Amino acid sequence: MPAIECRGLRKTYDGKVEAVRGLDLEIQPGECFGLLGPNGAGKTTTIEILEGLLAPTAGQVTLLGRTWQKHARDLRELLGISLQETRFSEKLSVRETLDLFASFYRHPRAAAEIMQELELTEKADSWVGKLSGGQKQRLAVATALVGNPQILFLDEPTTGLDPQSRRQLWEIVRGFQRRGGTVLLTTHYMDEAERLCDRIAIVDHGQIIAQGTPAQLIARLGGHHVVEFATSAGDGANNQELWRMLPGVDSVHEDDGMLLLNVREPHQTIPALLAAVENQGAQLVHLTTRQASLEDVFVHLTGRHLRED
Amino acid sequence: MHTVKPTDPEAQAKGADMQPMPLRPSRPRLNGRWAGYTHLLLARMRELKREPEVIFWVFVFPLLLALGLGIAFRNKPADVAPVAVVSGPGAQHALELLQASPQHAAIHADMLTDAQALKGFRVGKYALVIEPKADGSFQYRYDPARPESVLALDQIDDALQTAAGRRNALTTAAKISSEPGARYIDFLIPGLLGMNVMNAAMWGIGFALVEMRQRKLLKRYLATPMRRSDFLLALTSSRLVLMLVEVGLLLGFGVLVFHMRVLGSLASILLVGTVGALSFAGIGLLTACRAEKIESVSGLINLVMLPMWVFSGVFFSYERFPAVVQPFIKALPLTALNDALRATILEGAPLTAQGGRILIMAIWGGISFILALRWFRWV
Repeated sequence: MPAIECRGLRKTYDGKVEAVRGLDLEIQPGECFGLLGPNGAGKTTTIEILEGLLAPTAGQVTLLGRTWQKHARDLRELLGISLQETRFSEKLSVRETLDLFASFYRHPRAAAEIMQELELTEKADSWVGKLSGGQKQRLAVATALVGNPQILFLDEPTTGLDPQSRRQLWEIVRGFQRRGGTVLLTTHYMDEAERLCDRIAIVDHGQIIAQGTPAQLIARLGGHHVVEFATSAGDGANNQELWRMLPGVDSVHEDDGMLLLNVREPHQTIPALLAAVENQGAQLVHLTTRQASLEDVFVHLTGRHLRED
Repeated sequence: MHTVKPTDPEAQAKGADMQPMPLRPSRPRLNGRWAGYTHLLLARMRELKREPEVIFWVFVFPLLLALGLGIAFRNKPADVAPVAVVSGPGAQHALELLQASPQHAAIHADMLTDAQALKGFRVGKYALVIEPKADGSFQYRYDPARPESVLALDQIDDALQTAAGRRNALTTAAKISSEPGARYIDFLIPGLLGMNVMNAAMWGIGFALVEMRQRKLLKRYLATPMRRSDFLLALTSSRLVLMLVEVGLLLGFGVLVFHMRVLGSLASILLVGTVGALSFAGIGLLTACRAEKIESVSGLINLVMLPMWVFSGVFFSYERFPAVVQPFIKALPLTALNDALRATILEGAPLTAQGGRILIMAIWGGISFILALRWFRWV
């Protein structure tokens, strides 16, 4: 039985805006699954439908074999949820906030235990208003964990956090997973998805455009390496077919004046590339090579970057 | 199962020195039916206690208001009317008549020259100028725009006429009535209590709810197994607790500082207060049921409260308004609350005599509550 399953999920706002357009997911118990996509792709709408906070316009949701229509209260006991943005009461302490949330569940975990796990113990008696961004985010996850859930939903848990706070949160998510929990998170950070998630669905315009493990998705690019260059001729874009014919090149695209080649064997491609540039009577003004990332997958699939800011 | 990925050495190192997490909670707890309600109420009371503004507006401000207005409108002995008599023939006669009049104790007369008298009158030192005429008559100089001048005109004329031998055509008598219970402060304190119950419910429930909605805290609560009814009940209960404190504080203040006499039993006063607090809790809930921004709910709250501040007899009796609008004024929940509080506190009226007023509050509260629940927006 999948932990999270949805079929044909649709959400239309005001009869016009289609935020989610036919989305299917199947997430197994113990899995950490990531919804990856740019802002406005429909990630939050999707996760809030799964969390039972929004009603879908069409489609079915089943969590741990239960549905929102029939088992709402049971499901609430089994889920831990961290919303994209919650500002908890500023004049309650961390301990008081956790005790409050614990009181809503039948079998909560002890607040002290959660605080220790999330390194909030020394802030136990501090008012929430005095916490740093990272601490507030950990408190948000703590309120999700205090009910001893089987599934953890995290909507952009690390947005706006410094690198250290992000790693701390990743470790918390892994800890929950180690104990057998299922995680569904949304993110627009590539590295987060690559490092944390067992499987990823790339969401764009309310649909899943690719799904698989990070390695599988990168493999779909064909090449695992990216060669990025620019020539003094500056007309690279006009001869994409020329670069495509170079040995070892799987695909070519242009991005911000640079040409990006997805290649399998850089050591074959690069000498041929240098020769081709020389043949044109031009010179290289830029050349780098790197491992392909999910960002490249996204650009490859949509022609756009994940974060266009 | 997923494990720490070898591509992340930092996280791996971190994971290594982390203590192993228990598979099951070390101390499984079982929460009872009312755990959520109790914690919500406790959290709300803590928040209120930690908000200095709340303490000031809810507890200190009404006391300051009562103190200020109680002193400003305290019952003073009747003012002495200062009059100037212009010197000349007949002036002495005027003074003698005033001295002989039954009102002589309330009149202070000075004999001055014409110029001095007029100057004193202009700067407000005298309320009236008596100008004796050659034919033995008196002419009064007064200002119809100055209340004390108008009063002095009547008073002096009455004094002179009586002293000169006028007989009253009708026998009348006046009785002094400034007992505790009929003074302005006695009128004011129940009114302040009623107003405070309204303010506290509108801000403490209406405003607080919209703030929580704006913070997405309502949505976060909704994502837990919390019972919605417990949440609303806790919010309402917190207002009842405050109301109890407020009744004790304002009545105690009235009794200690202004020697106010409380005739009704504390139980019936608290019962009237509770009905009022519940009624306004419903209205506060309705005001806040849709608003998403605190700016918009502030406007709504003021819109609801303003007519009642004016019409419901907080600071002065609504009897001053035209008879046509009296039924509407009496249908307002704050009017019903203020009237019921005054009747109970000042007259010791039994609750059975308050049925109509309690019904008005119950109807307002009940209808508001039902509509609020139907329209309420949690997310």
